[in-house]
Formats: sequence, structure tokens, C-alpha cells
Amino acid sequence: MSRSEWRELLPRIEQLAIKAGLVFNPVDFEEVPDTFMMEISVYGLPVRMPHWSFGVRYIYQLVQRRMGNSRLFEVVFPGNPGHAYLANSNSTAENMLVAAHVLGHADFSRNNLLFRRSQQQVGENIVEHAASHARQIGMAIDEYGLQRVEATLDAALALEQHIDMNQSVQRDRYPEYLPKVEVSDDKFRKRYVSLEPASRDAAAGVKQRAPVPPHRERDLLWFIAQYAPELEGWERDIFLAVREESFYFFPVFGTQIMNEGWASYWHARLLREADFLPQQSYVDAIKCHSDVVRPLASGEQVALTINPYHLGFSLWEEIVEEHGLEAARAIMREDDDFSFVRNQLTHERAEKLQLFRYRAESNGQVKVEEQDLSALHEALLHPKYNFGAPTVAAKHVRVDGTLELAHDHKTDGRGLDIERGKKVIEYMQRVWRRPVIMHTIDEHGAEMEFTVPMAPTNA
Amino acid sequence: MDESEIKQPNPRINGWWELFSRGARDWLRHNDKVREAVRERLPDIIAGADVVSGGARTLKVPVRMLEHYHFRLRRPDHREGVGQGNVKAGDVLAKPSQQGEGSDKGPGGKDEGGIEFVLEFKVDDIVDWLWEEMQLPDLKARVGKSEEADWAREGWDRRGARSRLDRRRSMRESIKRRSMQDEDAPAFTDDDLRFRQLSKREQPAIQAVVFLLMDVSGSMSERDRQLAKSFFFWAVQGLRRQYRHLDTVFVAHTTEAWEFNEEEFFQVSGSGGTVASTGFVKVREIIEERFSPVRYNVYLFYASDGDNYSADRPQAEGALRGLADVCNYCGYLEVSSTAQRQLATETGGLFKSLGDEGKPAGSFAVSRIEDIWAAVRHFFQQQASEKSENT
Repeated sequence: MSRSEWRELLPRIEQLAIKAGLVFNPVDFEEVPDTFMMEISVYGLPVRMPHWSFGVRYIYQLVQRRMGNSRLFEVVFPGNPGHAYLANSNSTAENMLVAAHVLGHADFSRNNLLFRRSQQQVGENIVEHAASHARQIGMAIDEYGLQRVEATLDAALALEQHIDMNQSVQRDRYPEYLPKVEVSDDKFRKRYVSLEPASRDAAAGVKQRAPVPPHRERDLLWFIAQYAPELEGWERDIFLAVREESFYFFPVFGTQIMNEGWASYWHARLLREADFLPQQSYVDAIKCHSDVVRPLASGEQVALTINPYHLGFSLWEEIVEEHGLEAARAIMREDDDFSFVRNQLTHERAEKLQLFRYRAESNGQVKVEEQDLSALHEALLHPKYNFGAPTVAAKHVRVDGTLELAHDHKTDGRGLDIERGKKVIEYMQRVWRRPVIMHTIDEHGAEMEFTVPMAPTNA
Repeated sequence: MDESEIKQPNPRINGWWELFSRGARDWLRHNDKVREAVRERLPDIIAGADVVSGGARTLKVPVRMLEHYHFRLRRPDHREGVGQGNVKAGDVLAKPSQQGEGSDKGPGGKDEGGIEFVLEFKVDDIVDWLWEEMQLPDLKARVGKSEEADWAREGWDRRGARSRLDRRRSMRESIKRRSMQDEDAPAFTDDDLRFRQLSKREQPAIQAVVFLLMDVSGSMSERDRQLAKSFFFWAVQGLRRQYRHLDTVFVAHTTEAWEFNEEEFFQVSGSGGTVASTGFVKVREIIEERFSPVRYNVYLFYASDGDNYSADRPQAEGALRGLADVCNYCGYLEVSSTAQRQLATETGGLFKSLGDEGKPAGSFAVSRIEDIWAAVRHFFQQQASEKSENT
């Protein structure tokens, strides 16, 4: 089989997928070198804004690859058309598998609610959007200098998880005035309201400015873009560009187990049904499949991490077997990892998969804990809350412009890492240009706040 | 992991995307930021680094990858996770490690940002930075009298060694010839080839020698010698900035004086008293034997704790005065890691009176490694002003 034969077989795989009930946008396939694959995985997008932190991730990847730990077969970007990049070191058999896998992803991203919502928001051309962000930022560097653009990106990228997915990408500023209070005709109510000076004004028809923010605001990227006292236009653009990309990344993050499982389920199934494949290719591809979805590294008896491919794949196999394909598709459309794991990872399935909870002490001891299904769910899902970041919200802007942030330690269970927190505050102060203060709790659970001195401005 | 190892381009380039790499670009930017950070703390970093031995031209500084900070939760005292495998409740999968790991490590002990890598700095670059930062003037050479023959490029010829083939010029000859000939003319003939020629040129030589004289008597502790060593290293680097040919001569003395090679010099430790004049006399001998002041710019740096044998004063004074006449500059570094006597010592007095007479001499006292920079600055500023006064 020649190296490009997979391209000739591609339409037949697509036909097979359509016949099996997959519904997907067309996908552009492209073969790229391993180095480019690596960069895509580092940046998350084929062309993305420059920032030194990506350089650090790049080196980690390079080291990992040198050690032979990771290999990337494909990266796929949802859209219309979708873009799939395949490593040009893939064998033909691997590419057949990868093509089928990509179609599984394409089906998922076209139908899953989280993806659909995100694509309604950011459009179906995120790859092109990101490239144009990168170009804009390149131009900003030419115009305002690397130092200033980098300072803005330091802050924006540090806050990239702090968005509010329940808001839209195009979000308006808060209303400037409080809604007029309708005083009822009731005599007692009128008298009661007039006793309080603030509401007396409102009752008298004086417009009242709404406080900023009117409620705790989790969408920090948006909040800073809209309300930072002296932000310049190009800085706002950078914040909004990072925010838009975060809206794109969120569903990928929020459905990883489902999505990878779904794609793995379909590559396995489509290959099984592809009777046009040469026997040897089929065998090679299946071997590759079992490498990808195996729960344990070779020679290991126990793993302390979960392979999402394996977990998702196993769950989908069981769901299709027990409830049929239509029911599985309904789940695929409507769930995210939270509901998927909580609803579908039943006691029997967890047992069959030999999942267990463990407790790792700071002294290095790791001990297996009692079976407890809902605790197992939460331990699996815990890293996924709030886009994987602590729950931080803008709470109040003082008269002098000082921004107060509040960390919701009750939700997160413990306080912030103060050293790191201070560094982020430092980044933020460079764009907020006024002091920024964080409220959290210390290691004993006592309320505390921290900030850092304002850096001297070198305009 | 070495930076140089990573920068190596992929040998097989087979697509436009391999010609440039965003990842490598951002990695280089990261390294620039590390360099900036290192540069800000430069004196601290290199004061501690063992650079002096071996004559290394580069300095390897272990650095940590920069971390791009995000809000994170405080490190928990324990962590819950999910694993997969055939185990039952209560099984212990990993035993507590011997030392209480985690607790004694700072933030990010094992997290990302934990990879250490080595950035290599050229000593020349560091010296350039330091000179820039300390705003030190360049020294002016006093003598440049001797002539020195050097090869220089000069013209072209039709014959020559293959290594000197000038491709561009040969190509031009070939194009000229072919434009006059038929279309099937050969691409190259022997007549097209042009070779660069070299010829010998006389150039003025600026040569210099620096004498590093150290008191290794019993009162000089290991730490004192370490201070002297660091200072000598950077003083030599400073002179190297100025002189293409810089000879270094290492002399140590107690009640006697010996010349050493560089390696032995810093290992030497003596015992007994201090007779500085022996050192000065030895330096004078070597100057007369090998480094005629007519041809060389001569520098002397003397490191001692200052406790010279008081009966040696007249001899030392005489010998030093003689040296000052042939030297561009004589510097005295008083090292005392214990007491801070601020040059109020026997030897300190010698150099002070020399300076008062208007001779090119200076002194500086150091007691900690951090003082080395102040010392370097002091000496080089003073030397430069000496020069401008004298010329």
C-alpha cells in the first residue's frame, strides 16, 4: 500500500460513516511534519499569537518527544469545513484509523450542544480567527513594542480560563443606571420606601448609577477589557482576542472524555466495517487502536491516572450495546463530561473498568480508598470545574479605581497559592493601572487579602 | 538539557513550516527573558560561580524555566485521584518517601517550571554588560611600539588553495566568459576560478601583561584567597577587553616569592610571615627578563591581608616605587574576610603613599564576595582617569 493510498480510501470511509449515521461538516485533511504537529498541540491552534509561555510548553513537548513518551497522530479543529492535520510520519494503516477517528470528532463537534453553542458564538472559522488575532498582535508589536504587548499578553493569557461561558462572546456593558423602582400605590409601602434615603431618590425619579460590577463578575477577561480605567484600544483587542479563543477551547476541555471516547468508538467501529481495507492494514490499524485506548502503559499493573480515551471508549461501547445507537447519539448531543460521567459511570461499569480512588499524601504515600461511586465521580471531575481554574470574581471597584477580587474559597475548598497569586496580580496591575487586591483565606482558613506594590510606570 | 542542543535545526527540512517555527521563536523569546533576569542579578550569580579555573570562555548558569503564573489553589496536604487497576481498598501503592518531600520544597518544587536547564553566557558578553552597567571607560594603552606581522587578505589570483576559492568572483568570471561564448559553453573552466590571496602586513602591536601577585602567608585564609581569585578573574577579563594579547603572570609570596602557573597558583597555600618586598622584587625580575616595559603595557594587582612584616617597609617601599615607574597601574586589593580595617594596614600605607605621590596606584578593601564589583569598578575607573591625566 503506498503512502498516500489513504487519501484514495478516504471517500469510502466517509461513505461508511454517513451510512452509520454520523452527521458531520466536511473536513479538510492535511499531512504535516511532526514538528508542526507538535506546535499545534502546544498552541492549541495552527496559527496563534506569540507568547513566551508557549515556548516553555514547546520545550516540554520537545523533551517528552525525545524521551519517546508521546506521539501525536492527528489534531482536528471543528468548523465548517473542519480542519484535520495528520502527522506525515503516520503509516497508511495509522492514517486510516486517524481518518475514521477524525470523522468521529467531526460528528461530535457538529452535534454536541456545548460545541454548537460555542460555534454559534465564535463562528465556524476559529482557525482563521486565531490566525488573524496573531496577525493583529504582530502589528501591535510593531507599533507599540514587544514589551508593552507582552505585558498585556502576560495578563490576558494568565486569565484565559476566567471567562463566563453562560454569557455571549459579544457581550454588552452593564446598564449604567439602576432600573427605576416602581413604587406600588400602597400607602404603607410608599411611606416605608421613603424612609430610606437611597430609595427615596429612586422613588423621586432620580436616575441612579449602577455599581460596577453590579454582581460578582467571573468573566475577568471581559470585565478588564470593558472597565479597566486606562486601557488602550489595542490592549482591549488583545483581551477580547484571548477571550474569544477561550470560548473556543472551552468545549474541547469540557467534553474531553466524551469526545475522545466517541471518536475512538467510531474509529474502531468504522474500521471493523471497512471491508475494502487490505487485511494487513486492518491488523496494523487495530494494533494502533489498542495502543491508543489502553488504560495502562505496557508492563504496568496499576495506573494512577486515567486515560480519557479508554474511559470514554469503554463507556460508549457499553452504552451502545445496552441502549442502542440512537440513545447513545442523544447522550452525545446533550451531555458534557459532568453529566456524562455522573450518569453513565455506574457502579457496575466502574467495577468492570477497575477504577479506584486513592489518596496521595504529601509525604509520598498513596493509599487506595473505599469504594464510593459519587466520590469517584467527583474525584474524576474535580479538575474540570470552572475551566480548571480557581473561582475568582471581580467584586468591587473602589472610588480610586482599586479593583477588589474575591476568591470563592467555599466552592474551591481551600485558599489560593499566594506566591503565584501575587504574580498574577502583578500582571493585572500593569493593565488595570490601579491597585488590584485579592481576598482569599490562608492555610488556617482565616480571611486574608493580598496585593503587590504597583510597578513604576515607564511610559 | 542544553540550550544549544535544542536550537539545532531539524536536518531534514521538507516543507515551508519547517523553515520557521513559532515554538522555537517563543522559546528564544523565553530565553531572552531569562537572560534579562540573569543580567539583573549578574553580580550575585557570577560572584558565586566557579569561573576562574580552567580559563573557560563561557559561563554556565543553571536557570529555571520561567513560569507563566495563573491563579492556583494552595498546595493541598493531600490529593485525591482516580486510578485504574486491580487493587482493593486499603492497598498502599507507594510508601512515604524518606525525606519529607513536598513540605521542604518551595512552591513549584515538582510542578511545571521545575525543569532546570543551563544557559551559557560568553564571559566576554558578561564583561561587556558589566562595563556597560558600571559605566566603566575603556583603558587607553600606553605603548604600542612594536610591530607585528599578520596575514591580511589582499587581491585575487587564478591559482591558490582550494579553501580560498572565492565562489562569487569565480561565478562572475564564468558569467562574463559565457556571455561572450556560444550557448553550449561549459559552465566552469579552470580559467574562471579566482582565489583570495593573503599577504603579510606589519601592524602595530598592543601588548600587555598583568601580574597577579598574591600573599599566601599563613594569615591568608582559604576564603581570603577565594576573594582574591574572583577579583583577579574579573580584573583580567576587564584588561582582556582592551588588549588582544594579554599575558598573565602569577606570583605568590610568603617570605619568599615564586612564579606559578594559573592552576597551581590558586591551590597554593603557604605558612609563616609576610615579606611583600620579595613579591615586588620577583615581579620586577620577571618584567626585566620577559616583558620589557618598552613593548608591554604592564599591570600589577596585589592581593594581601595587609599584614606586612614591619621591618620590610623600606625594601618594600623601594621595590614598589620601582615597579610603579614601569607599570601602567598598580592595584592593591586588601582582602580580610574577618576584620574590616579599611586599608589601615602596613601594606595599605605603602600603596597610599605611592598614590599620594601621584604614581598610578590605588587600593581597595574587600571583605565579602559582593564587594568584588565595587573593587573592579574602583580600579578601572581610577586607571582610566590616570590615563586621561597622564596623556
